Amino acid sequence: MKYILYILLVINTLPIMAQENELDKILAEGDSGGKNKEYIEAIFKGTRLINGQSAKLTHRGVLQFMISHRFGRLNTGISEFFGLDDATIRLGLDYGISDVLQIGIGRNSLEKTYDAYFKWAFLRQSKGSRAMPFTAVLFSSMAINGLTFSQPELENNFKSRITYTYQLILARKFSERFSLQVSPTLLHRNLVATRQDQHNVGALGFGGRYKLTNRLALVGEYFYVLPGKTADDFRNSFSLGFDIETGGHVFQLHLTNSQGMIEKFIIPQTTDNWGSGDIYFGFNISRVFDLKKRKSP
Amino acid sequence: MKKLFLITLLINLHAGVWAQKYFTKTGHISFFSKTSVENIEAHNQQASCVLDFATGELQFQVLMKGFQFQKALMQEHFNENYVESATYPKAVFKGKMKNPATVNLNQDGVYTLEVSGELLLHGISKPLTTQATIEVKAGKVYAKAQFNTKPKDFNIKIPSAVRNNIAETVAITVDAVCMPYTR
Repeated sequence: MKYILYILLVINTLPIMAQENELDKILAEGDSGGKNKEYIEAIFKGTRLINGQSAKLTHRGVLQFMISHRFGRLNTGISEFFGLDDATIRLGLDYGISDVLQIGIGRNSLEKTYDAYFKWAFLRQSKGSRAMPFTAVLFSSMAINGLTFSQPELENNFKSRITYTYQLILARKFSERFSLQVSPTLLHRNLVATRQDQHNVGALGFGGRYKLTNRLALVGEYFYVLPGKTADDFRNSFSLGFDIETGGHVFQLHLTNSQGMIEKFIIPQTTDNWGSGDIYFGFNISRVFDLKKRKSP
Repeated sequence: MKKLFLITLLINLHAGVWAQKYFTKTGHISFFSKTSVENIEAHNQQASCVLDFATGELQFQVLMKGFQFQKALMQEHFNENYVESATYPKAVFKGKMKNPATVNLNQDGVYTLEVSGELLLHGISKPLTTQATIEVKAGKVYAKAQFNTKPKDFNIKIPSAVRNNIAETVAITVDAVCMPYTR
């Protein structure tokens, strides 16, 4: 009896002790306390890191128009106005079918190449219950060379124009400012320049960004191509740049030793050398259009 | 001894029955920014609210990530660049109603009360006073209020490129249906 009394007394006094922050406590009941699963947004600002794909996808129902542009090489000197006389361009459209599936098409001035791809985020970094430590994206593209055949007298097949790319992008936003990604890549080229060149090219991509301010980030990207001959005088692609975000635009300004802007060019066909100043200044500009307005609740 | 026990028990029961507190987890808080360029609005249906008519105290709390925008990119920018939700996940209002005793909770009726307190947003606390409507209907309390805030006051920086798109004064609407809170 005595014990029950004590227990009751204690129970009674508990709320009194907690009186001053009682409302806080009641509110805390309504608080999920970070237990709900919450996806990490915006691992990167752009759907492309610089040349290659990033782990970021456009949102559902969003159409993105992207202009990627590279000037000529800086070391061409004053006669070429340090590369600014020259231009390589890719025009692209990307669309988010859902928040985890994106498709896109593009046209490259280099080798008059058309490309089409899909990107599927099959794992998304999240926190809360059943948290996922990283985002995993599967990327697959097809690039079609649009040049006229150089030897029309030979038998030429359409399939010889095609290059396929398969890429797994693993990315993690370590902090609000710092994100990293690793992307094992396999390219298959139906036609190569010489017998020594490989049809299948393996590469490992590395990319990262560091946000200097909320709207300005430093970005780097490197592709290490696994041993094997891919092109004469071949180099690994390395790029450095800034992402600048304003409203519905992302501006990406960068320096790179790759002239092309899709995997087919940047991974096996980069021959320019940072050390000798074969550096291209370039930019990507994206603009998004919301085709599907979300219903306001 | 037995008497003491009964009294304690009575107090215990009494505390449970005496519902002066009203509570919800699904309050609706929205904001609206109107400029000649575009209108921006966002809604959050998961505001936690608690009102105590015994003391007049009230609290509202909302997770910034819960605001839903029409455009996905706007929502991303809101969280990433403006309110910095990862650093400041919540907005909290703690305040007091003036003359809470005028509200008769046992009878349907509509009251207008002055509410004043502190709004914590983006890590900055600012005093806020507004008129609130309290409607008692079928045992529930409908709490409504509308007030204006300036992003600048809460150190939310708006870059010059989008200055014309985001209003200097943003209208905030609160609409919560609270149920009696019993422990």
